[in-house]
Amino acid sequence: MASIKTQFEIPGKMKTWSYALIGVGLVALIAGLVIKGFSSDEHEQTIFWGTLMYNTIFWTLVCNASMFFICVTTMAMGGWQQSFRRIPEAISTMVPIFGAITFAVLIYVVVGHKHHIYHWLDSEAVANDPILKGKAGFLNPVFFIVWTTLTIGLWSILGWRMRQLSSEADEVPMDAEKGASFIWRNTIRAALFTVWFALTVGSTVPWLWMMSIDAHWYSTMYSWYTFASSFVSGMSLIALWVIYLKNKGYLELTSQEHLHDIGKFMFAFSIFWTYLWFSQYMLIWYANIPEETVYFKHRVQGPYKGIFFLNLIINFLCPLLILMKRSAKRNYTLVTFMAVLIIFGHWIDFYQMIMGSLSKEHVTLGWLDFGILSLFVGMMILGVGKALTKKPLVPKYHPFLKESVIHQV
Amino acid sequence: MAKKKFVVGCFDDEAVLFPAVKKVRTSGYKIHDVYTPFAVHGLDHALGLRETSLHTAGFVYGITGTSTALSCISWIFTRDWPLNIGGKPHFALPAWVPIIFELTVLFAAVGMVLTFCYLCQLAPFVKKHHFHPRATDDLFVMVIECTDKTNTDDLKAFLTSNGAVETDVQVAEDGWWLGRYDKDEMPFENKEIVAA
Repeated sequence: MASIKTQFEIPGKMKTWSYALIGVGLVALIAGLVIKGFSSDEHEQTIFWGTLMYNTIFWTLVCNASMFFICVTTMAMGGWQQSFRRIPEAISTMVPIFGAITFAVLIYVVVGHKHHIYHWLDSEAVANDPILKGKAGFLNPVFFIVWTTLTIGLWSILGWRMRQLSSEADEVPMDAEKGASFIWRNTIRAALFTVWFALTVGSTVPWLWMMSIDAHWYSTMYSWYTFASSFVSGMSLIALWVIYLKNKGYLELTSQEHLHDIGKFMFAFSIFWTYLWFSQYMLIWYANIPEETVYFKHRVQGPYKGIFFLNLIINFLCPLLILMKRSAKRNYTLVTFMAVLIIFGHWIDFYQMIMGSLSKEHVTLGWLDFGILSLFVGMMILGVGKALTKKPLVPKYHPFLKESVIHQV
Repeated sequence: MAKKKFVVGCFDDEAVLFPAVKKVRTSGYKIHDVYTPFAVHGLDHALGLRETSLHTAGFVYGITGTSTALSCISWIFTRDWPLNIGGKPHFALPAWVPIIFELTVLFAAVGMVLTFCYLCQLAPFVKKHHFHPRATDDLFVMVIECTDKTNTDDLKAFLTSNGAVETDVQVAEDGWWLGRYDKDEMPFENKEIVAA
């Protein structure tokens, strides 16, 4: 393996681009803070904090999806992902950073008593509202802060423990016994992360962070929907990094076969997302109860109509028709295009999930949204690039590495 | 159905089979098929088989199911027998999506199973020649099609030198025919079978 480049070095161009994106983002952030954040108009403030909320939550969940990918493939005794597993690992190192930003934003919203965002913060309104009173055990500042702290903290810690274990595969060759114990410890740590992931992204956290903006409305599909959205974007992000590193001449052990399987995940989870999207939509459409249709009214028939259906075209029709063919999933250009499209589509999805509830009269998509997006993309590129330099790109003594090298779809 | 002559070589190891396949192909012999007890990764590639078009057929069947369901249900509920169901519009697309989806899956699944059976020449009462019964147990059976010029003894020796544990020459129908196994009448002469 001497001839294989396993040490990533950040190219100058990548640094320039990420700093430029972060620069643009910071300018947008500061301008947004001055123009909207400190505005005397409550609605403008709400838009500013809402924009920060959906961007921070989206990028945290997308990066966290990488760790979930590692953990589930580990528990499934998967071998094929070993040749590029350092990429999702590097992406997941962004969880503590983006998590801290998310934490700061959410805590500011709650402690700063932004009741235009979280209606349940208004204790007077809650006292006179039987529905909100009934939810007060879940929707209250103390529970929110404790659960958010636990969520982000444990994602970071359990993910870090998983990555730490992965470094053992760089050090010494493993015999059968050592390898088996290594796999077993991996399985335990992956299981711990996955359980916590299920208790948070799989159920409570999207309800708490996002669905509670519509404090009266609820949908049990919501969390799964959010998970599907973030997981499919997470797989797209992994695909983009794999292709980028392939283009730079790294990852010689990763081939079209691996890309094909990543493409399958992108395809399958786009369908899964649509399944949840439709299940949520159709039940509410069919029952036609005002308490429930309130969520969709301004999205399907109001100002968000365009974004709502664009969302469905980008995230369902395009992956369905374009990624269906085997040759498409093995084509680097097409997968790159689809990955960018899917990440953008789900970013738009998060946009309408949060901003659709905060600004019902007007679509606010504009310079602030794209500015904050560029800030996060820049941070992601720089952070993941730096994390990639810290470890060899191939875990050369991993017991399953050979399985990955001979992987064939 | 034309009767053809085949040289059969049996291998007991995948690792021996793969180089043998390569050598037989580069020597210019035509491999009729390789029968294995389980799916062997990469063997189709080594044999130079083209990509199956079963999934294209599946897509066509799926589209057929989608359009059948959509046209049928929309004709019934908007033209033939419009009903007011819960005050919904007659053209109630979301309510139909599950049915459209089910029919898409049904058409694709049934169509692909039938196409698969056709491509593999499987059907009730269809008989096929077994080149070696242990192909379903533990042997990898390579079957090479002979031409008029093939020297079967040379070929057998060639296979043995490449690791075949057993070789023989068989004359068999290469296609499929109707018949039943419980009344096992041979539709061809099979006297040339010689164990090596």
